[in-house]
Amino acid sequence: MTRPGRTFAAVLAALALALALLPLLVRNPYYLNVLNVVALNVLVVTGLNLLIGYAGQISLGHAAFFGLGAYISGILTATYGWPPWPTMLLAACLVALIAAMIGVPTLKLQGNYLVMATLGFNLIVSVLLVQLDDFTGGPSGLSGIPPLTLFGAALNNDLSFYWLAWGLALLGLLLARNLVHSRVGRGLRALHESPLAAAASGVPIEAYKVKVFVVSAVYASVAGSLYAHYYGIITPKTFDIFKSVELVTMCIVGGMGSLWGSLFGASLLTPLPQLLEVVEEYKDILFGGILLVLLIFLPQGLVGWLEGRRSSSGRAF
Amino acid sequence: MTIWDQVAQYTVSGLTTGAIYALVALGFCLIYNATHVVNFAQGDFLSLGGLMMYTFLVGAGLPAPLSFPLAVLAVALAGGLLERLCIRPAKSRQVMVLIFITIAASILMRGAFKHLWGKEPLALPPLSPEAPLRLLGATFTPQNLWVLGMTIAAIFLLVWFFNRTLTGKAMRATALNPRAASLMGVDVHRMTLYSFALAGALGALAGVLITPITALSYDVGVIMGLKGFAAAVLGGYGSFPGAILGGLVLGLLESLTAGLISSVYKDAVAFVVLLLVLFVRPGGLLGLARQERA
Repeated sequence: MTRPGRTFAAVLAALALALALLPLLVRNPYYLNVLNVVALNVLVVTGLNLLIGYAGQISLGHAAFFGLGAYISGILTATYGWPPWPTMLLAACLVALIAAMIGVPTLKLQGNYLVMATLGFNLIVSVLLVQLDDFTGGPSGLSGIPPLTLFGAALNNDLSFYWLAWGLALLGLLLARNLVHSRVGRGLRALHESPLAAAASGVPIEAYKVKVFVVSAVYASVAGSLYAHYYGIITPKTFDIFKSVELVTMCIVGGMGSLWGSLFGASLLTPLPQLLEVVEEYKDILFGGILLVLLIFLPQGLVGWLEGRRSSSGRAF
Repeated sequence: MTIWDQVAQYTVSGLTTGAIYALVALGFCLIYNATHVVNFAQGDFLSLGGLMMYTFLVGAGLPAPLSFPLAVLAVALAGGLLERLCIRPAKSRQVMVLIFITIAASILMRGAFKHLWGKEPLALPPLSPEAPLRLLGATFTPQNLWVLGMTIAAIFLLVWFFNRTLTGKAMRATALNPRAASLMGVDVHRMTLYSFALAGALGALAGVLITPITALSYDVGVIMGLKGFAAAVLGGYGSFPGAILGGLVLGLLESLTAGLISSVYKDAVAFVVLLLVLFVRPGGLLGLARQERA
């Protein structure tokens, strides 16, 4: 294993240990719930950040992939009684297919066409989730989704779900890290620096961009399925365009193209709206204001800023 | 009412909302041409236009002919402030970051609107109270005529501004090539500022005109902004004639779908069109050579 590889593994192990000890301190189910939502967001944002940081493309449709994962899992398990785990896999495959259908025509174009297409896609999905109420339960949502079971035990409380969600979030980070350091990842970084040079060096840039977009959609779909089984009830509002914006914001605030940035961004921004509930009347003003200041003055994200401060040492991974 | 009367009526309402989409789309194009940024606060300019009109007309009791230009001016100022306070001081010139700055500004603005004007919908009276007019089998309310008339007037004004005035020409030069323009002595920063102010004014115009028809609330601009965006893509993002054509076509499609097929999916029409355009003809109806391959 290379040196930066070891550093990554060490940090990840330390993080896993800290997360394993955290439930000893946090007994309040409300805080556990927030931590669980953070874990799911980390999963989505990790995938999304691969797309933003390595393919240089934004998606404003990841809430839709998240929602499709949730609704496909939810409908098939709650209404048709399918087993949850294989259904989750099926949902991920379907979402991958849909992502490919959006990605193939738009990613071969120069410019940010993907952001327009995904934005439109998310809005269409929102309309469909509300209007296809025979399947989706309409605006009031779909309820009665069974919890996941693991080795015969139902993961039906905040603590048991905590282990699953964070386990998968860390696994997601590890997989993303391996992808970044694979042949595809190197190609993508070259692509981000100079598409022309990358193409000239034989990197199949269109195919790579589509691949990373599909992978990021699958991350979102899995997180969505987990979300559906965790809450047992899902409503269309959770997966609207504002959620997509929130997810990209997490990438940018954490640090674009940095895996730790995904972790940072999701951990900071997920609880922020809840914290701001205290000042209810000014919540949106403060949230928008904080984002604005961060984006104007720290566009490289928090991780980029921290790295800039200890500029002599290289990147962590 | 025969089917043709119905179609005539849907055409009237389609052209009316289409004109509004065109105004919003023009605002998107102005800022895109100056900065390559998609300004997601464009819809909030529309909301602010309606809200300022309400404040001047109903709140302060000013007459409509005075409230109207005041509202437009106020939002132009807000557009200028967005550029001056959020876009220009930004440490990054990456388009992606700038786009997200406009999104953050949009969240902030909506929060402020909700705080200042409240959550409840407000009622803005139409610009003139006369009785509806019947023409070619369709009914025109005075507000329909105001929307169409003012949009046409705004378009003529823009054409005159960009072709006949020095500032307008300087803005076009900046859009074509900022570097060359600045070498010719054009103050590129100032032109960007003007683009934002002008986009604000167009958004306000749309807001003042449409809110008596829809309803006025702090977030009325969100969906109108997104549809204006779809219209801009349909016409060819960045193209002024494209924005106008895209807006009208989208308004008509939406109205005819709602009337003749189903109103349930009315809000999806714009975005289905958006996806189809991107898949089939990403340059849009009137887009120029922007569909080059990577």
